[in-house]
Amino acid sequence: MNRIDSLFQNKNQDILSIYFPAGYPNLNDTVPNLELLQKAGVDMVEIGIPFSDPLADGSAIQAAAKKSLDNGMKLRLLFEQLKSVRKTVSMPLILMGYWNTIYCYGLENFLKDCQTVGIDGLIVPDLPLEEFELHYKSEFEKYGIYNILLACPETEENRLQKLISATQGFLYLVSSSATTGGSLKVNEKQQSYFDRIKQIETPSLIGFGINNKESFKYTCEYANGAIVGTAFIKALKNNKAEGFISELR
Amino acid sequence: MNYQIDNKGFYGEFGGAYIPELLRKNIDELENAYLDILESEDFKSEYARLLDNYVGRPTPLTFATNLSAKYQTQIYLKREDLNHTGAHKINNTIGQILLAKHLGKKRIIAETGAGQHGVATATVCALFGLECVVHMGALDVERQAPNVARMQMLGATVIPATSGNQTLKDATNEAIRDWIANPHSFYLIGSVVGPHPYPDMVSRLQSIISEEIKEQLVKEQDKQNPDCVIACVGGGSNAAGAFYHFLDEKEVDLIAVEAAGKGIDTSETAATITIGTTGFIHGSKTLLMQDDDGQIIEPYSISAGLDYPGVGPIHAHLAKTGRVKYISATDEDALKAAKVLALNEGIIPALESAHALAALDKIQFKKDEVIVVIVSGRGDKDMETYMNNL
Ligand SMILES: Cc1ncc(COP(=O)(O)O)c(C=O)c1O
Repeated sequence: MNRIDSLFQNKNQDILSIYFPAGYPNLNDTVPNLELLQKAGVDMVEIGIPFSDPLADGSAIQAAAKKSLDNGMKLRLLFEQLKSVRKTVSMPLILMGYWNTIYCYGLENFLKDCQTVGIDGLIVPDLPLEEFELHYKSEFEKYGIYNILLACPETEENRLQKLISATQGFLYLVSSSATTGGSLKVNEKQQSYFDRIKQIETPSLIGFGINNKESFKYTCEYANGAIVGTAFIKALKNNKAEGFISELR
Repeated sequence: MNYQIDNKGFYGEFGGAYIPELLRKNIDELENAYLDILESEDFKSEYARLLDNYVGRPTPLTFATNLSAKYQTQIYLKREDLNHTGAHKINNTIGQILLAKHLGKKRIIAETGAGQHGVATATVCALFGLECVVHMGALDVERQAPNVARMQMLGATVIPATSGNQTLKDATNEAIRDWIANPHSFYLIGSVVGPHPYPDMVSRLQSIISEEIKEQLVKEQDKQNPDCVIACVGGGSNAAGAFYHFLDEKEVDLIAVEAAGKGIDTSETAATITIGTTGFIHGSKTLLMQDDDGQIIEPYSISAGLDYPGVGPIHAHLAKTGRVKYISATDEDALKAAKVLALNEGIIPALESAHALAALDKIQFKKDEVIVVIVSGRGDKDMETYMNNL
């Protein structure tokens, strides 16, 4: 069974998923970061594949991706780093990246390498659902890799239903109309979106702008858990990763 | 061969809308509305009226007497430099602002490289009383200071993009992020790039260039079709508009000129079609400059408007099918061509347009062929560069 499914079967609230870019802050930190997060009791991790032009991300993640690229990170090297990760890390692992990098690597090679190192799912924000279903779905299935879809406050009801039934593993609910790195502000529109997503029965996590214990707790009331990215990257940069995780919980 | 967009938004294998779900609703809204609006009588008459009495169209098709003598052929210049705001960019912004108005949008976002599209957007926003936010690479803010001042005088807010190389690509990233954060705004793209339906929409709005060339040539030459049309390509909007009505006229040679920067065999170039490979940028599948890890390479050109690592998907398709010939001109070629035009015809072209003019030295013409070169803009904004380099 896919590790993402096992996670949601065993736990349905307060799931904490952490995002950080591969090769950050130092080139060889990818696996040590994963081990640290597992030890700290994190439930799942999204490893960012650094890209020069991450459209859905804010300046903090773009800067971190740039640092990682300057460190010498490459997709081939990432798979090399992850070769033995399953000896020490058992939580579900997701790769998040932009379609150009994956296309350039070659989808089939990419999925094969994901399977080999033990990746469970992918988040590719600029690969639209229709394109995925038309051209790539069977390849993902062949290698047992989940494609995790995003929904956001602007998503209309019929589209949301489509995303719910098409997503694999869980649905990634973007907290607000923003790129990553903001901070969650709850207004009326936001609240009605949150009330709407609370009804979703498919496993779901809320992400974008969750940066402390308060926003983590709050979002956990509306989904099975939350995803923390930018705030964790800041903690990593300041060498305070462990403390940050224990404060979140 | 079909050079038009198909019903899924592709030119052959290129194009599409590779956008985050966050933009899905906006793109769907635009895709569902744009053709109906563009083809409505209301839109057509308002667009035609504004092009006529605000922009100053039709722009002249000038017979370049001295240049023709120099190259021993018949050279015409399509004078987009004489448009209000000084470039072809306003053909597009007039059209898109009418569309935005139709969709009830109150805040307009644009990206700009040379600042020409930013100025053209700020202009139409002032005309229609809409809020205008222009993202511009911090480096371009520096090298195109006069255009920054113009945008500000027109009431626009100019936001310097400080990520990446701080040029057009980064300004476009920031504009898209702004749109994600402000989904009720209208994103007014400046070239035939971005997700479907933008490339098709902008091509249609710029097609006025070739429509007029056909009408004007009949008066000049008693025929609609020239032997050759030459235009520069950054994102590719003036070229798309200049080629549009000639795409199916096989006897017309179409030549597009990219910016080679310091040379296509150096790392300082912006000749996307010449050196690029297939990939995805700003929501569309096209040719782009990237390394073997799929990271986008920062382009270089002396001309801020051509300094873009991608190219409109229509051009990727036209290159692949061979319908258009893509060549390139270096910084040096362009500077030289600008000087030749100034001294021989009394016209100072934009640096971008100077790349198109540079093609005259690279192609063999037969005597008495009819050549149309698109002068996409005027050189006022580039005077500092010209002074420093000539
Ligand atoms: C005068 C002029 N010509 C050409 C261009 C290049 O754009 P495109 O390739 O879309 O025509 C620009 C862009 O800023 C410009 O200002």
